[in-house]
Amino acid sequence: MNRILRLAAAGLLIGAASPALALNICVEGAYPPFSEMAADGSVVGFDVDIANALCGQIGETCQMVKVDWDGIIPALLEKKCDAIVASMSITEERRQVIDFTKKYYQTPARFVAPKDSDLTFTPEGLAGKVVGVQRGTIHQAFMEGEFPETQLQLYGSQDEMTLDLTSGRIDAAMADSVALDLGFLKTPAGADYAFFGDSYSIPKYHGEGAGIGVRKEDTELRDKLSAAIDAIRADGEYEAIEKKYFDFDVYGS
Amino acid sequence: MRVDLVLRNWPLFAEGVWITLQLTLIAVAVGFAIALPAGLARARRAPFWEPVLGAYVYLFRGTPLLAQTFLIYYGLAQFGWIRSSWAWTFLRDPWWCAAIAFSLNSGAYATEIVRGAVATTPKGELEAAAALGLSPRQSTWLVLVPSALRRALPQYGNEVIFMLHGSAVASVITLRDILGAGRTLNAKFYLAYEGFLTAALLYMAITFLLVWLFRRLENRYLRHLGAAR
Repeated sequence: MNRILRLAAAGLLIGAASPALALNICVEGAYPPFSEMAADGSVVGFDVDIANALCGQIGETCQMVKVDWDGIIPALLEKKCDAIVASMSITEERRQVIDFTKKYYQTPARFVAPKDSDLTFTPEGLAGKVVGVQRGTIHQAFMEGEFPETQLQLYGSQDEMTLDLTSGRIDAAMADSVALDLGFLKTPAGADYAFFGDSYSIPKYHGEGAGIGVRKEDTELRDKLSAAIDAIRADGEYEAIEKKYFDFDVYGS
Repeated sequence: MRVDLVLRNWPLFAEGVWITLQLTLIAVAVGFAIALPAGLARARRAPFWEPVLGAYVYLFRGTPLLAQTFLIYYGLAQFGWIRSSWAWTFLRDPWWCAAIAFSLNSGAYATEIVRGAVATTPKGELEAAAALGLSPRQSTWLVLVPSALRRALPQYGNEVIFMLHGSAVASVITLRDILGAGRTLNAKFYLAYEGFLTAALLYMAITFLLVWLFRRLENRYLRHLGAAR
């Protein structure tokens, strides 16, 4: 019940931006453990901690602005925020609209399905099956490109997608492995589910990792943030945040 | 403006129009089938039905369509016994969830429209029917209902248009209706303006069609009341 209320609330409340002098950071709040809503209504997670660390590094105060995934690039372009820290993969398509810092993490994409699933996770095996993806993500592009015979069900957030996986409306879900692992498989709801198929990390679809999105004209901010990523990786702050959420390296090579 | 991308994705919008029309028509048809008996019963304060229908109307008019759709789609799916029952054949499918939510919602509003029209029927019409020797059943179906439905037409036209726009809620439960097509275009190419503008124009076109249709109906059935142009 709680989850439904949270979903309904997430759909209705598109966080109000306040006109402070601080740097406004767009976050999603529906992508655990990178970004999720705490009981008090604030957004918490790896993305948020990284954003705060970077802000500390460049000497700005930051304000988190919660925006639904669908509207997150428009929100940046309309100056409702100044940077997107929302596990957004750096892709060519997005580069045509916004600019990115260097990556701040990179993890492969995988399928998740019920433990007793007897499907083969190949383009032929999933032909005609229903797979959930989050609308407008690299995973949608990947599925459309490599699994053209699979029927896609599009969700506004990953939470809604895993909710439908547990109710059996979809045969499998495709998303980032880490987000699926910690946001779903390691939770009570995901107990009867497991990873299937290969680990995908194809630059054409999956990009160069997740970066921080900024407006194209803000080159100075972009360079400052990129330098800040290097700095928190060098001084151990990144590792400290990483340890809070993961027991493995999420930065990739 | 990237009109070319909208044109290249026209099948997305064509499919969207089809789904929106399906859902709106089903909701309005089922809604009417609920509203006619329910509206009559409410106007007459039928003893057993009154609290039941009152609660139904109150519930569905008192909560947003979005919440109703969420509760039917994500809410019912949380219960294992529903997932293992025959109902799951339908509730599994987002299309059916939307159709059920929209039908019940439209039915609640339409019930009140019918109730109002029945309750305001001039007494003289029923007295005339009685004077002609019509049985109560005859006077209901030959005089009261036709008279009330005629007068309900303008309001009903409004309800159909509200339902059309309300059906945009379908896109939050993964259906690719007109708004869903706009959202897909937005998500894929970051074309907020083009995608949603196309969706808005399509809704407008359907609305104009509905307005025209109801004006024709009013001209035909309300002419004698001098209300039509």
